[in-house]
Amino acid sequence: MWTFFHKLGSPPWLYGISGTILRYLLPVTLVALAVGMVWGLLYTAPDFRQGNSYRIIYIHVPAAVVALAGYYVMAIAGAVSLIWKMKMADIAMKSCAPIGAALTFVALVTGAIWGKPTWGTWWVWDARITSMLILLFLYLGVIALYEAYDNKAAAGKACAVLTLVGTVNIPIIYKSVDWWYSLHQPASIKFTGESSIDTSMLYPLLLTISAFYLMFTCALLMNMRAEILERERRTKWVSKLAGMESD
Amino acid sequence: MYFDSLGALVHMDGHGVYVWSAYMITLVVIIFILLSPIRRKNRILSEMAGELRRSQGAPSTDEESNASGT
Repeated sequence: MWTFFHKLGSPPWLYGISGTILRYLLPVTLVALAVGMVWGLLYTAPDFRQGNSYRIIYIHVPAAVVALAGYYVMAIAGAVSLIWKMKMADIAMKSCAPIGAALTFVALVTGAIWGKPTWGTWWVWDARITSMLILLFLYLGVIALYEAYDNKAAAGKACAVLTLVGTVNIPIIYKSVDWWYSLHQPASIKFTGESSIDTSMLYPLLLTISAFYLMFTCALLMNMRAEILERERRTKWVSKLAGMESD
Repeated sequence: MYFDSLGALVHMDGHGVYVWSAYMITLVVIIFILLSPIRRKNRILSEMAGELRRSQGAPSTDEESNASGT
């Protein structure tokens, strides 16, 4: 157990193992994304009330779900780097931010596009939508704060604090559709009790959600690998790696 | 497939513009998410490989850079 944690803190080990994982995980991710999207677009029946516009659900919901999950990962990594000063946790936290920001952006944009034919408007200052916008600003804030410091250790600490303070927003996003009167529909999938979505629509949705989770994992590992190289450029093992690449 | 023809698939009873634009934007972002770390990694490695060559003082690369510079 402890040797595992010890290894986790070793950059060359993490770089190597993540490369092996990605070799298998990346193709699976791409296939899952393609199958899920084509299934949702071509092989499901339209919603009886919303018609074909509901097909946006197969990208909107996964993007939003994984954008939130990504924030958890970032917050946990931030806490670990703050408490135990683990270098890899700091790298993981920094690597989460651009992916989370991109996914939150997708959730907001696809939501706006879905809103036009369904609600008749691109945007409302609704509790769910506004709290998602705050999530986007939190992600962008972490990216900007990291760049603002020359001292990377100080930057990591400041970002970790910002991330942890920002977790207040997460339960607000989850509960916003129940707490406030909202245009946004409540969750269709429930872990406890009956889901309000037909299984023919549920299966492709679960597939795209899984595919987006896989994509997040792949992107996180790839971002971490690039960040590891950047920080370890003066070490022998990276020089050796660069030497092999140039041959 | 649910749709009878390619036209129906594109049009989607008037919702095609919304659905397809949403999917296109998502696709572009996914490609960006997955490609940007690969490009960054390759850039770092090629930068380092260049530094490595310079520090070793390989004569062939010096000559090449001189030739291209003049």
